[in-house]
Amino acid sequence: MSTSLTTPEQDPDLNAPLGGVSLTAGQLPRGAAPATLVAAGLAGLLLWLLADWAIVPCALLAAAAYVVIVYTWSRAVEGPRKATDRFVTAAVSGAFLLALLPLVSVIVTVVSRGVVRFDAEFFSYSMVGVSGEGGGIYHAMMGTLIITGLAALISVPIGMLTAIYLVEYGRGKLAKAITFFVDVMTGIPSIVAGLFAYALFVMIFGPGVRMGFAGAVALSVLMIPTVVRSTEEMLKLVPNELREASYALAVPKWRTIVKVVLPTALAGIATGVTLAIARVIGETAPLLVTAGLTDGDNFDPFEGRMTTLSVFSYYEYQSPGLFAEAAYDRAWGAALVLMIIVMVLNLVARAISKLFAPKTR
Amino acid sequence: MASTTEAPPRKNRVPRRPGDRIFAGVSTGSGVLILVALAGVAVFLVTEAWPALTASAEEIPGGEGLVLYIWPLLFGTLISAVLALVIAVPLAVAIALFITHYAPRSIARALGYIIDLLAAVPSIIFGLWGMNVLAPITVDPASWLSEHLGWIPFFAGPPSSTGRTMFVAILVLAVMVLPIITAVVREAFMQTPQLHQEAALAIGATRWEMIRMAALPFGRSSIIGASMLGLGRALGETMAVAMVLSASGGVSLNLISSDNPPTIAANIALQFPESSGIAINTLIASGLVLFAITLAVNMIARAVINRRKDFDGAN
Repeated sequence: MSTSLTTPEQDPDLNAPLGGVSLTAGQLPRGAAPATLVAAGLAGLLLWLLADWAIVPCALLAAAAYVVIVYTWSRAVEGPRKATDRFVTAAVSGAFLLALLPLVSVIVTVVSRGVVRFDAEFFSYSMVGVSGEGGGIYHAMMGTLIITGLAALISVPIGMLTAIYLVEYGRGKLAKAITFFVDVMTGIPSIVAGLFAYALFVMIFGPGVRMGFAGAVALSVLMIPTVVRSTEEMLKLVPNELREASYALAVPKWRTIVKVVLPTALAGIATGVTLAIARVIGETAPLLVTAGLTDGDNFDPFEGRMTTLSVFSYYEYQSPGLFAEAAYDRAWGAALVLMIIVMVLNLVARAISKLFAPKTR
Repeated sequence: MASTTEAPPRKNRVPRRPGDRIFAGVSTGSGVLILVALAGVAVFLVTEAWPALTASAEEIPGGEGLVLYIWPLLFGTLISAVLALVIAVPLAVAIALFITHYAPRSIARALGYIIDLLAAVPSIIFGLWGMNVLAPITVDPASWLSEHLGWIPFFAGPPSSTGRTMFVAILVLAVMVLPIITAVVREAFMQTPQLHQEAALAIGATRWEMIRMAALPFGRSSIIGASMLGLGRALGETMAVAMVLSASGGVSLNLISSDNPPTIAANIALQFPESSGIAINTLIASGLVLFAITLAVNMIARAVINRRKDFDGAN
């Protein structure tokens, strides 16, 4: 910065501290910004209640008023640099609040519309012979559990072993290639994974094949990379001293991994696996292509179509039939069940990582 | 498990135990299996798409050949993903900044979880929400836009009466990729060297100037990489677009009318259950195009992010 030694036009009052200039000169009074915010909010509220405007323009107007007032006021008193800072603060906080809007809206909508069908019949009946009201999602819930369970059964061993390879054994080009392609695999669109499983099973069983196991294979393609990534991160956190101590006692490498490394990282791995399950349990597109839809109970993943919650919800909405309202209610009910499952899985994952984290002392 | 191998230990070397061999073999095998699976995705898609690639133009649905069938879909995919990114990236960077630099330390973690929660919502729920809540809201603003800003090709109109337009699909996509971008960018901002930030503050920078001088340059390649990741996700998003977008038409920049092309992924989801024969092969061929594009986008994204990792070592 250039020299900012300005010579005051009057002689400073040498008796007063700091030459008579107040310590708080060049600053907005304390609480100015919050007060402006409250005032702008109140004005918006008044517009909404009294002038009968819609709530969204009122909120936007209040926010804009706050930004304009604080910026100009601060620019006049504090100068452009501080004013820009205040402007960015307001914009960044506003962006965060804006992102909360869809989240809140989604949760409120799904809960309020889904709770209509939360009765005993909904959870204990399938859709056989149901054309109007009633009917349930028992078959869809079982299908979701079976397919996701199979997918986990395939992905967890492969994913964990790959992560062990990458952390404990992997050197050179192969390890680099695997790391890179696991990352790339994370981004495979879910519909492409579904098409892959379909193409694979068509070669074995002929065109038009639909079975639950094909859905599980499609989900595995989506699940394996997440399991590998999270397990790898956790294994890397295991201190090398533990491994070296084990080697020093002449324990073979594989027993070191099984008895020392894995138990230490277990909580983190379990968290990662739970999050991976939560990610694939809500998938629709790959199951639409591979597992299809059926009205009745089918709990055999190797034979015939199998309904899952997400596909059920989609079809109830896309082709509701004659009694549309009842079908819509079922669609929202299934969506709410799905969301509860996903949220519970997320909470369980956090709880696992909190409760079973390795004790550092 | 395979039987133990009997290769004799070489002289002057510690003998490797059978357990070690098996374990190393199995874990290496899993790693290789992943590479094989990825190659398998490509191979199976190509084999199943082959009949459509070699078929004559009349046999393809629409009767104008494969390229003309896929091109509008590809256009719809690209325009929806890119515009969703245009909305999501600035918001995501701002949210990441809010969590790392503006929010009080004690609640910053919780705020991060809340944004992560957005990523956990299944896409079918975003689809239901988009067509029932978001689409009706946009009807009035869309007609206002076409009336006053109709000279911009995006808002040419006539506005759709259901609101289930490309515009809403873009908004839903933006909401869906927001948490993904935020998560990566947040990580990068958190790793901004404390010394750089304190140095900036010590020479009298305001908080915004500190962020511009220290945090943003440090996070720049992460922002680029995260945007590419988000682009990959937006390109492949299926159900939300399939449910929100009720439109069929050719290539058009018009976002608020009802004649937009669907996206590749949404088209597959909508057509697949009712298709058979060559139509299925055509859909798989379009899936192959999508796979190639997302693969390229993701490889670039990872390369950008990894380059920053290498650079990190210097700090």
